Amino acid sequence: MTRKASLFVSCFNDVLYPETARSAIRVLEKIGVEVEFPSNQTCCGQIHINTGYSGMAVPLVRHFVDAFSGSKEIVAISGSCTATIREHYLRMAEKTGDLELVERTRELVPRVFEFSEYLTGVLGVADVGSSYPHRVCYHPTCHSLRSLHVWDSAITLLKAVRGLELVDLPHAEQCCGFGGTFSVKNSAMSSAILADKVANILASGAETVVALDNSCLSNIAGALKRNKTGVSVMHLAEVLAHGIDREEA
Amino acid sequence: MSRIKAGFSTSSLPRIGNSQLRANLRSATSSIREKRARVVGEKSDWEELRRKAEKIKDQVLNNLDAYLTELERSVEDVGGKVHWARDSQEANEIILSLIKSHGSKQVIKVKSLTTDEMQLNDFLQANGISAYETDLAELIVQLGNDRPSHILVPAIHKNRSEIRDLFKQTIARGRDISDDPAELAETSRSYLREKFLSTEIAISGVNFAVAETGTVCVVESEGNGRMCLTLPRVLISVMGIEKIVPGLDDLAVFLELLPRSSTGERMNPYTSLWSGVYPGDGPEEFHLVILDNRRSAVLADPIGRQALRCIRCSACLNVCPVYERSGGHAYDSVYPGPIGAVLSPQLFGNESSLSLPWASSLCGACYEVCPVRINIPEVLVHLREKVIVDGHSSLAERSLFAALARALTNTTAFELLEKVMLTVRIPINRMPVGGSLPGYLGKWGVTRDLPEIPKMTFRMWWRHRDG
Ligand code: SF4
Repeated sequence: MTRKASLFVSCFNDVLYPETARSAIRVLEKIGVEVEFPSNQTCCGQIHINTGYSGMAVPLVRHFVDAFSGSKEIVAISGSCTATIREHYLRMAEKTGDLELVERTRELVPRVFEFSEYLTGVLGVADVGSSYPHRVCYHPTCHSLRSLHVWDSAITLLKAVRGLELVDLPHAEQCCGFGGTFSVKNSAMSSAILADKVANILASGAETVVALDNSCLSNIAGALKRNKTGVSVMHLAEVLAHGIDREEA
Repeated sequence: MSRIKAGFSTSSLPRIGNSQLRANLRSATSSIREKRARVVGEKSDWEELRRKAEKIKDQVLNNLDAYLTELERSVEDVGGKVHWARDSQEANEIILSLIKSHGSKQVIKVKSLTTDEMQLNDFLQANGISAYETDLAELIVQLGNDRPSHILVPAIHKNRSEIRDLFKQTIARGRDISDDPAELAETSRSYLREKFLSTEIAISGVNFAVAETGTVCVVESEGNGRMCLTLPRVLISVMGIEKIVPGLDDLAVFLELLPRSSTGERMNPYTSLWSGVYPGDGPEEFHLVILDNRRSAVLADPIGRQALRCIRCSACLNVCPVYERSGGHAYDSVYPGPIGAVLSPQLFGNESSLSLPWASSLCGACYEVCPVRINIPEVLVHLREKVIVDGHSSLAERSLFAALARALTNTTAFELLEKVMLTVRIPINRMPVGGSLPGYLGKWGVTRDLPEIPKMTFRMWWRHRDG
């Protein structure tokens, strides 16, 4: 029986980074996973919750649970969305006093996986047959590192990519300064933190920065572009989709 | 009306641009950070210790009334006197009347954040009593009419030559001293010795108070605290209600966690423990002032209360990317950094503290190092919500988020919104870069380009592929 997974794309990727979602599909199909896209999905509610509008996000939690109620395994291509679901959903469902929603949320949360975690942890896959002959550094985003604890999975996957040279990013574990609305509410602070991240990326000598979250990457890319560094950013899924023959899917 | 518009984002601004401050802070925090990581790495049971400490503190907080009564009884059993203070005002009055009853005009103090919280020094001064700080860093802050900027290293924002200059204007007036740390320490030592020997009353903070035995514990690294605690005839110690541990065995857990977390040392240099008074040894009178100052209100908040587990080690400050770049003063509170961002709004609720829950990227580095496992990001998010529910966000922001939430719970509306975005993608993608754009876009644009909006959303592509 083929394995089925539902992709949670997130509102941010849907509009701004569709290529990441397409890449994730290509990778998953390559290793024999049948991918579905429950079309009612929109947003996990992270922006609302993290900015302080948790109350407004309660209907979003319900919407998410409804949209994915038929899914056995849910794969998210954003580390911070995955963390939002794991850290906040149950508590928020409980706040509604709707016992049915609580039960459904309780069942759903353990079925949500971050993309790299799903590949290495659930499927036990380390090599998906990709090739990307470039010098790459990995930025472990705060949520993937400190909430999901998935530092190893991306490293394992990157090491298996043909031609890829993984270089050390100095002070990799430090935040990039994004933090959602923090990036605009405390924009000067956010920019100061980002400037150090950019300096460390340049010091690493990498041509491409890889991470598990396009939101952090959009922040990093914004400064890399502004400063005309020539360094690009890429979601892990896009690196892994490189060199995978479409026909094989 | 929005009262949280400015706050931290404004107060941190000049500090972000202050390169001397930045250099002082970066070198100090990164060296403590590395030391901490090294000595914590040596302990294979670190996680277990953290969980133990969390459990002990929660046990105390969940049964605080019983522990407080037990502490009062055991302190009085060994000859101490306990005073209860509802707020800073009451605590200050109690201390003033104790000093007056001895006819004293001056007191020496050892490092007590709680008395800073109470603004005791200003209060005493207004009542004609001089309070001399004896902790070296606190002394530096006091001499410079400055404010502390770090929980453990209150003068972290100053470097050696700045301290030398300050000493030359104050306690070493007319003398030529160098910025050699040993010489600076000697200068303060000779100044303080005289104070230790000539002052009758000392005021100290409390790191831990043991309910079972009435033992009070102060942890410090210079030995000046030891002098304060033993030389004067009268000792007044001030603690918040949350500083209790049940028994001496529990204390052992914290004495392992605290030095490694705070200074990156395996063992703390001067750990003073005393239980009441003994004739002919140490102070003849011991007073313990126990302060609430809204802590019991914090206790009532199921998420916010974990902040009361804090043992003031300052590890969270040293790893915080925001603190490292703003320094402590931008927080405008005796409790700066991540712990300050969760404690100040709860304890003080004043205007300047309302913006603090947003002074974080929620990177979680603080939670990772906290020896008592305070989930600071969780509390920050919770407090953001609380401040907003109390009506402190702007109408424009609230409306924007409300509209967004409505669109996001209705797939059709969301898709419509996406279509609208795509129709304006070309002008948006061609927008001039930079900070001249309105609102949030401009804030983003000062240092960063915007991502380009692609031709097609993912769901359009999917439909296309499906059909
Ligand atoms: S919150 Fe935790 S890390 Fe920060 S000072 Fe308190 S005990 Fe230390």
